[in-house]
Amino acid sequence: MTEVRTRGNGTGRRRRRGGEQPMVPDAEFTSYYGRPVIKEPAWGVPDVPGYLFLGGLAGASSVLAAGAQQSGYGELARVSKVAALGAISLSAVALVHDLGRPGRFVNMLRVFKPTSPMSVGSWLLAAYGPVAGAAAVSEVTGILPKAGRAATLGAAVLGPGIATYTAALICDTAVPAWHEGYREMPYVFAGSAASAAGGLGLLATHPDHVSPARSLAVLGAAVELIAKRQLLARLAGGSYEQSLAEPYETGRTGAVLRLAEFLTAGGLAGAVLGRRSRAVSALSGASLVAASAMTRFGIFEAGMASARDPKYTIVPQRRRLENVASRH
Amino acid sequence: MSIDPAARAGHLDHPPRMGFFTDTSVCIGCKACEVACKEWNAVPEDGLSLSGMSYDNTVGLGASTWRHVAFIEQVVPASRVLSLVPSDNAPAAPATSSPPTALFIPSLPADTSSPSALAPAEGVRWLMSSDVCKHCTESACLDVCPTGALFRTEFGTVVVQDDVCNGCGYCVGACPFGVIARREQDGQAHKCTLCYDRLGAGMEPACAKACPTKSIQFGPLDELRERARLRVEDLHAAGQEDAQLYLDDPADGIGGGGAFFLLLDEPEVYGLPPDPVVTTRDLPAMWRHVGMAAAGLAAAAIALGFGRRR
Repeated sequence: MTEVRTRGNGTGRRRRRGGEQPMVPDAEFTSYYGRPVIKEPAWGVPDVPGYLFLGGLAGASSVLAAGAQQSGYGELARVSKVAALGAISLSAVALVHDLGRPGRFVNMLRVFKPTSPMSVGSWLLAAYGPVAGAAAVSEVTGILPKAGRAATLGAAVLGPGIATYTAALICDTAVPAWHEGYREMPYVFAGSAASAAGGLGLLATHPDHVSPARSLAVLGAAVELIAKRQLLARLAGGSYEQSLAEPYETGRTGAVLRLAEFLTAGGLAGAVLGRRSRAVSALSGASLVAASAMTRFGIFEAGMASARDPKYTIVPQRRRLENVASRH
Repeated sequence: MSIDPAARAGHLDHPPRMGFFTDTSVCIGCKACEVACKEWNAVPEDGLSLSGMSYDNTVGLGASTWRHVAFIEQVVPASRVLSLVPSDNAPAAPATSSPPTALFIPSLPADTSSPSALAPAEGVRWLMSSDVCKHCTESACLDVCPTGALFRTEFGTVVVQDDVCNGCGYCVGACPFGVIARREQDGQAHKCTLCYDRLGAGMEPACAKACPTKSIQFGPLDELRERARLRVEDLHAAGQEDAQLYLDDPADGIGGGGAFFLLLDEPEVYGLPPDPVVTTRDLPAMWRHVGMAAAGLAAAAIALGFGRRR
């Protein structure tokens, strides 16, 4: 007797989003009344995607501030130090606000757990925040300039960690569209952070004194564009019948990410070609900052969508089992 | 080689690992487990709406639902359900084993004028299963918890400490089964404790105590695994070839469940992931990539610092 895969009667309904043309035919799969298998992360918008963006902006701004300071770009260093403090302060507010029990935020420092990117991140933030703050305050007030310069270097040491650990934070979950992209996500985040920090420098500094920001912006935007393409190629990967790139490419999230890519590419071109024009530089910088924010919101929403639809959890796992069975 | 999670968590000289074996082949869908769990653990109300999903109005596990009984109605060939309708394909069950209770309801043929159409070639099979936290050997919720609110007990189970959890929500997205969730009322994460308080007093968990058919069995995990293997063999011998154990294998993606199941269909039919893998297995590789990306940014800082002011 042949195995009968039962469908209908409430179980195993396949859902199709209204109006969208799937790139490939939907995979056959069975589920429990179309219900999600995993829970959506209990993380709110705009708190958490906002934090992904602001943390990146802060960390990479500290990198830029140190570079500018050491090579004598005083105005850019000042802008970047203030940007780092502002972004990390907003980050902290967003993170505490997103907690179910904000009054217990200090419990984050109760233990140190390398198995928890959030624990590692909390300690990084606890170290980075005061250092970045000291660098900015010293810069603006002129108090303790030597200590301020040292703090700037300290913030640049911790900043890359702040800008990239958030990739591990979201990938270390059961969310298929995040987890399966863990090899590329840190580079997307590093590129996006550098692009945002460089972009802010371009936007807020006179174009004659902005060379390091331009370099960082161009490098970051290029890395972001390439790494994002590689991320999507991985997620669309041939081994699974169900593309995990789909949530990044469809619906409103797809539109946001396509616009982000356009703005990144435009900002990159403007930063390279428009170096003589204040207006073009500023516009390029603004594009890059906006693109970085949109990238983080898009990635966040794509993950949430992949958690809500059981096909992204079930089909790749089912295929994995079948592949293992066929190899034996 | 199976891991001893309690010892790994630092419990020296600990009691045997305790767990659940949920044998869904004898579940009758009475929901006594859901009620007993709520009563004993003082879990608040979790919604009073009708879902339209057979007899399941609980819908799924959550912050205020620590046991959930799934109801699945399937149209299957008569030969697939042997307990009530003998057929050529299905040998009679040995007298020693209790028959599976998946209900079989022959469907009425539309064309009653033809006598052959009256043969119950198809029918509706009703699967019922009580779901619960799996108390994974390699537990993602516990790994990612930044506060230490989630911890491994001496019984090898995983429990949230209500006075420590700050509601960060990381465990919610990390669980490969969608078990743990944040409760609206208090903003904290909650899930099954495997009745940690009752275990400490030498009692069995409330759901197992209340289960009238012994579908929910509690005991030392080693014994339960042995018992489950025998039960599956019995069911296979009785012609119930779809019977399969789920999460009983220490070599699986979560190192085996502290709670595991005997299912009569594929896991996804019950809303369970077919091949769950704990996300933290890939965390060392994630940290490597984060480290390389961060090093790239740091290198950029150094390169910028050596740039000459034009």
